[in-house]
Amino acid sequence: MPVGIVIISHSQRLAEGVAELAGQMTRGEVKILAAGGTDSGELGTSLEKVQRALAEADSGEGILILMDLGSASMVATMALEQLPEEQRARVRLSDAPLVEGAVVAAVEASIGSTLDQVASTAKEATTMDKGINA
Amino acid sequence: MAVDSAAVVAWLERSAARLHEQRAYLTDLDAAIGDADHGVNMDRGFTAVMAKLQAEGTPTDVGAVLKTVGATLVSTVGGASGPLYGTAFLRAGMALAGKDALTAGDVETGLHAALEGIKARGKAHAGEKTMIDALEPAINAFSAAIIDRDDVHAALTAAADAAEEGMRATIPLLATKGRASYLGERSIGHQDPGATSSALLLRTMVNKGEG
Repeated sequence: MPVGIVIISHSQRLAEGVAELAGQMTRGEVKILAAGGTDSGELGTSLEKVQRALAEADSGEGILILMDLGSASMVATMALEQLPEEQRARVRLSDAPLVEGAVVAAVEASIGSTLDQVASTAKEATTMDKGINA
Repeated sequence: MAVDSAAVVAWLERSAARLHEQRAYLTDLDAAIGDADHGVNMDRGFTAVMAKLQAEGTPTDVGAVLKTVGATLVSTVGGASGPLYGTAFLRAGMALAGKDALTAGDVETGLHAALEGIKARGKAHAGEKTMIDALEPAINAFSAAIIDRDDVHAALTAAADAAEEGMRATIPLLATKGRASYLGERSIGHQDPGATSSALLLRTMVNKGEG
């Protein structure tokens, strides 16, 4: 099973949209879970949603978490702290840009790359050229 | 005079009531420099805390009460203040585990653990226009006060005064943490909502004595 991906956003629709976009590149081979919004679907973050997404995305090969603004990283860190140590070791937080990071991470994961490779490819998306200045 | 779990619950009740009253004010402050949800979030979180404590009953162990508060805030607040205040209460609860009555020194230990929790969770320090700007001077004032005199009430009063001063001092600051940091220079001239709710939580510790 490929590395799984979890998308944390303050907006449920944004998280789902990013997951959808990234999933289009991988034909459903990679588990990409959206954890967006509060439990009631309002703007915000939910530790429980993140925990559920992590449980579902875990294939045993590791999980890369991508996130949007500020407190998303706090919730991600808290979710990580509450995982059993053995599982925590195979979860990585990425500060890659959300959209580009998720798309390239999904592609990297779909070719069977390791968590380290997926994380480093996502990180490279920080300097990705959109072709405007080409 | 010692602080027991009933006093802590009474403080939480006063805080929940005050946050409910101040909900629009906190949200207005947050609308100016953030995402306009601080009052709503804090009100929702503390309402959930009171419901949880009522449903489960109050343990005599103050640490256990604080841990319940922390876990509830983390899962109900929704904004950044959920992980931040949640961590503060969880850390204070861990530091005070097994204690049925708190001395002034214990209160200091709990406040300190809470502050360190917030700093670690937010990777922040004083001067960045956050709750830390209210909490850190408050805890320093508490510590200074109990050196002079072992009086929890007097020390909490000093802490609340310092917190409010720190809160007002966030107005000219440039935000470098949290959602307000996205505004850059535009964050200057507004009081930080997190510092405001922190000052509120310290003031409600003083009202009605040792609670």
